[in-house]
Amino acid sequence: MKSFLRYCLAALLIFGISALYGCASKQENKTVIINIWHWMTDRQAAFKELAARYEAKTGVKVNFELYAPSDAYTQKVRAAAQGNNLPDIFGVLAEKKDFASFIKAGHILDLTPYMDAVDGKWRSSFFAKALAVNEFPEGNSYGIKPGVYGAPIDITTIQMVYNKGLFKELGLNPDNPPSIFDELLKIGRKIKANNMQGLVSGWAEVWMIDCLANNYAFNIMGEEKVLDTLRGKVSYNDPDWVKVFSVFKEMRDSGVLASGIVTMINKTAEQLFANGKAVFAFNGSWCVNVYKGMNPDLEYAAMLPPKASDKYPMAIWGGAGSSFMVNARSQNKEETVKFLKWFTDKEQQAYLSGVTQNIPANKDCLGSIPGTLAQFADDMELTTHPNIWGIWEFPVVTEALDKGIQSIIIGEKSPEQVASEVAKIKEREMAKKKN
Amino acid sequence: MKLKAVLENYVFVLPAVIIFSIFYIIPFVWVFQLGLYEWDGILPTKLFVGINNFKEIVFEDPAWWGSLWNAGYITLIALTFQNALAFLLAWACDREIRMKNFYRMVFFIPPVLSEIVVGMVWRFIINDIDGANIINRMLAGMGFPDLVHNWLSDPETALTMVALVHSWKGFGWGFLIFLAGLQTIPHELYEASRVDGANARESFKKITIPLMIPVMVLVAILTVLGSMQVFELILGLVGGEFAGHTSVPALRILASMRVSSRFGYACAQGISFGLILVIISFIQYRFSHKARQASN
Repeated sequence: MKSFLRYCLAALLIFGISALYGCASKQENKTVIINIWHWMTDRQAAFKELAARYEAKTGVKVNFELYAPSDAYTQKVRAAAQGNNLPDIFGVLAEKKDFASFIKAGHILDLTPYMDAVDGKWRSSFFAKALAVNEFPEGNSYGIKPGVYGAPIDITTIQMVYNKGLFKELGLNPDNPPSIFDELLKIGRKIKANNMQGLVSGWAEVWMIDCLANNYAFNIMGEEKVLDTLRGKVSYNDPDWVKVFSVFKEMRDSGVLASGIVTMINKTAEQLFANGKAVFAFNGSWCVNVYKGMNPDLEYAAMLPPKASDKYPMAIWGGAGSSFMVNARSQNKEETVKFLKWFTDKEQQAYLSGVTQNIPANKDCLGSIPGTLAQFADDMELTTHPNIWGIWEFPVVTEALDKGIQSIIIGEKSPEQVASEVAKIKEREMAKKKN
Repeated sequence: MKLKAVLENYVFVLPAVIIFSIFYIIPFVWVFQLGLYEWDGILPTKLFVGINNFKEIVFEDPAWWGSLWNAGYITLIALTFQNALAFLLAWACDREIRMKNFYRMVFFIPPVLSEIVVGMVWRFIINDIDGANIINRMLAGMGFPDLVHNWLSDPETALTMVALVHSWKGFGWGFLIFLAGLQTIPHELYEASRVDGANARESFKKITIPLMIPVMVLVAILTVLGSMQVFELILGLVGGEFAGHTSVPALRILASMRVSSRFGYACAQGISFGLILVIISFIQYRFSHKARQASN
């Protein structure tokens, strides 16, 4: 027993000495280190290069830590938030309400004073729509103090792309993609007749279905009516919503949708399109880099989803693709903001865009981006995103809508049935909220 | 002196108790506690809702019950097809056949593969547009062109395909345990039965089956626990819940956490699911206990 106690005391002594030594060395080390957690596998090398340049310029060490895939990253950030262990810079890959929760919990620094300094120099360097994703306006429904809480590092727009070679094979003009929905359906019938595959997309990951459904909802009924639906003032039983659901039925019937699209993940869809096995793809602007890696010779172009109505303009999802937030509890807040300013500056943004083929968030370097990427960037004015609507749909309603569209595509349910089911769930959730 | 000895014993078990508490007891209590709250996983404040999350699971969440039904179907296929296959192969490998060690090794390859890899490989084998389309080619080659279709994107066949691939991946465990069980049966028993005039079928019925019941119970319990919790395979094979047709409880829990940001509800789902598994295992144990008594 005595010897056992002796061992315990010795272990405690060693532990104590090492702890003291650790504290002492921490105090001695005065080099500022900015830690950044990100999820962008394709950008790690470029980030490291920029970190090296920044260290050479300022002596501040920047440490980019990659945690992928994005699902794992999201969980890591949430877990770190619960333990107040977030790094100096991180990203919030979630809906606006979760972003708001991070701010309410005191994890994210309000960047407004920095954005507005020197006549708003930093703020004005960004595309307004990219900044809007990180902005909480006056009177926002989340109860957040108005301001900007993140800096966009690139821009995404989600659109359709088409294969020019396959267009030629189908006897179509490769410089004239369909602009109205009926033209798309006609091409769908040609695709079916030629035993080819039409539109591919990651519709197993349902958010991309949600995205296209929203595009058509904006086109068919306009923004106000869509937002009124979220507010509970318009039912999903409304004929306009039935029209939105019918878009998917018509696409299925015409043959424009590729076989098995509802169980297709986006990586598979990207491989199929890059290998010339599909005529169309519905994908984000990140695809330019992906397709370049998979098949540098691929001839394709971007296009807006063809309009199903002339009443309202077609809207596409877009805005800030990736954003960085500064940890409000960071020991190096000022240094971190300085770095972020430098990072989003014209020169660094142009470098990132050139290397990673993403649309820069800094509008001053748009002129230097390559062709297809510029096509994605051209439609920036048509973009919208749930994160800037100021109101959100109940997740169960969104889930029912997305799964309902999957059911329409596999011929299991009619647009009317799906509309009715989604409306019922919405009513139930509204009633719950009132109680 | 006696007290000192007792204390010494406690000191020796203390590390194990601490590790067990930190990694099992405390998380379990914490998950149960979180199940009583509405919490988004980010805010430091949580709203106490009592048993409302559990009530919602039972009365207002048809998607949850649908996912349990799907998991039950996968489990049923695993209990019958997978375990029958595992038992038959183990029985064959227990005999004096050529290359039996090679077979043992080959049959144990699928279980050691990652579920997501198995899902993606089988997706490639089965699927038409992005795969080798082997099943359809075989069907067409054998003169059944009417049966050719997209097996993974058809609501009628998607879950069965998941169950069959899961069985392919899982039968190796059962095979190994059955084989170990068969090897514990003394050969003298078979020799004695042969001397008494029993044929192979009777020996199998009167010796092999009764002595293998405890092993069968073990395999059945492990199969239920493993099959009910399948989900990475589904992500690899069909990309997700596929309009609810391939939804399983683990995917629903993930959706509650990630899509809806309802950590409290997800914890309540986890607790309910765990409870269901415990009840099923208990019923299985009681049932097999009675069967064993009857056979004795």
